[in-house]
Amino acid sequence: MARSRLRPRGFDDLGLQRALSDRLLPFLVAAMAFLAALALAGFLAAAGLADRWQHGAEAAVTIQVPAPAAPASGTEGTGATRLARVLALLHEDPAIGAARVLSAAELDALLRPWLGAGSRRLALPLPAVIAVRLMQPSASLDRLSRVLEKAAPGTLVESHSVWAGRLTALAESLQASAAIALLVVTAVAVAVVAVATHSGLATRREAIEIVHGLGATDRYIAARFAARAMRLALLGAIAGAASVLPVLLTLTTVAAPFGRLDAPAALAIPIGGLPPLLWLSLPLLPLAAAVIGYLTAQVTVRRWLRRLP
Amino acid sequence: MVRFEQVGLTYSTQGHRSVAPVLHDLSFSVPEGGFRWLVGASGAGKTSLLRLMYLAIRPTMGRLSLLDVDIGSARRHQLASLRRRIGVVYQDFRLLPHLSAFDNVALPLRIAGRSEGQIRADVAEMLRWVGLAGKLESPPETLSGGEQQRVAIARAVIARPRLLVADEPTGNLDEVQAERLLRLLQELSRLGTTVIVATHNQGLVSRHDAPSLRLDHGRLVS
Repeated sequence: MARSRLRPRGFDDLGLQRALSDRLLPFLVAAMAFLAALALAGFLAAAGLADRWQHGAEAAVTIQVPAPAAPASGTEGTGATRLARVLALLHEDPAIGAARVLSAAELDALLRPWLGAGSRRLALPLPAVIAVRLMQPSASLDRLSRVLEKAAPGTLVESHSVWAGRLTALAESLQASAAIALLVVTAVAVAVVAVATHSGLATRREAIEIVHGLGATDRYIAARFAARAMRLALLGAIAGAASVLPVLLTLTTVAAPFGRLDAPAALAIPIGGLPPLLWLSLPLLPLAAAVIGYLTAQVTVRRWLRRLP
Repeated sequence: MVRFEQVGLTYSTQGHRSVAPVLHDLSFSVPEGGFRWLVGASGAGKTSLLRLMYLAIRPTMGRLSLLDVDIGSARRHQLASLRRRIGVVYQDFRLLPHLSAFDNVALPLRIAGRSEGQIRADVAEMLRWVGLAGKLESPPETLSGGEQQRVAIARAVIARPRLLVADEPTGNLDEVQAERLLRLLQELSRLGTTVIVATHNQGLVSRHDAPSLRLDHGRLVS
């Protein structure tokens, strides 16, 4: 059945403006879009945390050098201390990206939970602690451990990969939860559109039967409903996505002290306070809402029309 | 053309109480361009027979063919196509209240996908012919019963249907308008449209001699 040329604008043969309310449906879709945007932001944030923790923690190593000021093995008479020997070996090793000795103040801060303030006054033989960053997070520490043990026996090499694994599992759980929330919101949106469409069909039953009796196909009638549902869903989702921006910007500001600028590119260099990937994803919400509105209305109407001969 | 072969109709009801059929064993045919009166007492089954003809319902028994299409085996899109070739004048008019007289009459043409320019010309001429040239933008609720019936008639014939079914089309018309309508229906019949008119108006039937289908308690008696 061909489309009319020059069909009058706003010609509403089914009276759908009285059926699918231009207030309730957009409001409900806006609420769904608001929740979906929060879930999406949570998903992206969790993904970034997982990547950041994995990237950061796996590459971090802590080396403890007991008796740091004592002469290094095989260097008696040269004045080289155990700490200096270890640092020299670390700087020579191509697998080491950076090595930095923690200052006394930093050691104090580390030990404060156990020894209280002023741990230096306790005259404890504390080891020197070196914070090391590997060039490759997956690099083996066995060779390094053997070399350092030979130069300064008792040197302890600790990898943070265990904690990296735990933190990554936590972040991935958060991601999964956010993804489930997105699915639930989508399912609710489908249900909302289906219920609104059913209500519209009941309200306009007589007009639909008349138009059907005049020879309108199921496709003709379903297309009218689907177009209106799509438009209302699109408008609602635009409003919902726009209203979530102040909330996301506030959350981003509050969370900023806990972030780092060496995060993955997708989450780095925030634009207007939000990660670039989120700016790219937010416009997809109204498009997704429009598609959901269109398809749900099409299916709902066509199934309902089956009751007519 | 219209062909009924042992057609029966029973309306479905909820529950298990059996319901007597409203139409029994109807067998007749009307050739292309034929004109038939459909007469019978109130409750004889005229409206149900007409509903079968304009495909509002399907028969529960027998075989029905309309315009060379077997209704029992037709697919949904075929039935829709068939309805666009059937014009119906309902006893209760069944105009869309939110559309003007013009848009009600134009509806079959818009559903069929005709161009808007041609629609404007045809609909304006049709409404002028039924005497409603000054009421194009009027909603049905502002029209009298007779005017609404003329809009319904205009809508039924605007697309030059191959089958025209009319249920008491002259009920709200004066004698002059009723005679004009009958001349239109007879002209359509002469041009090849099969016309079935249900009526209680015996005067009209006697003045316009044509074969009759007489129903009595759901059975064809002539």
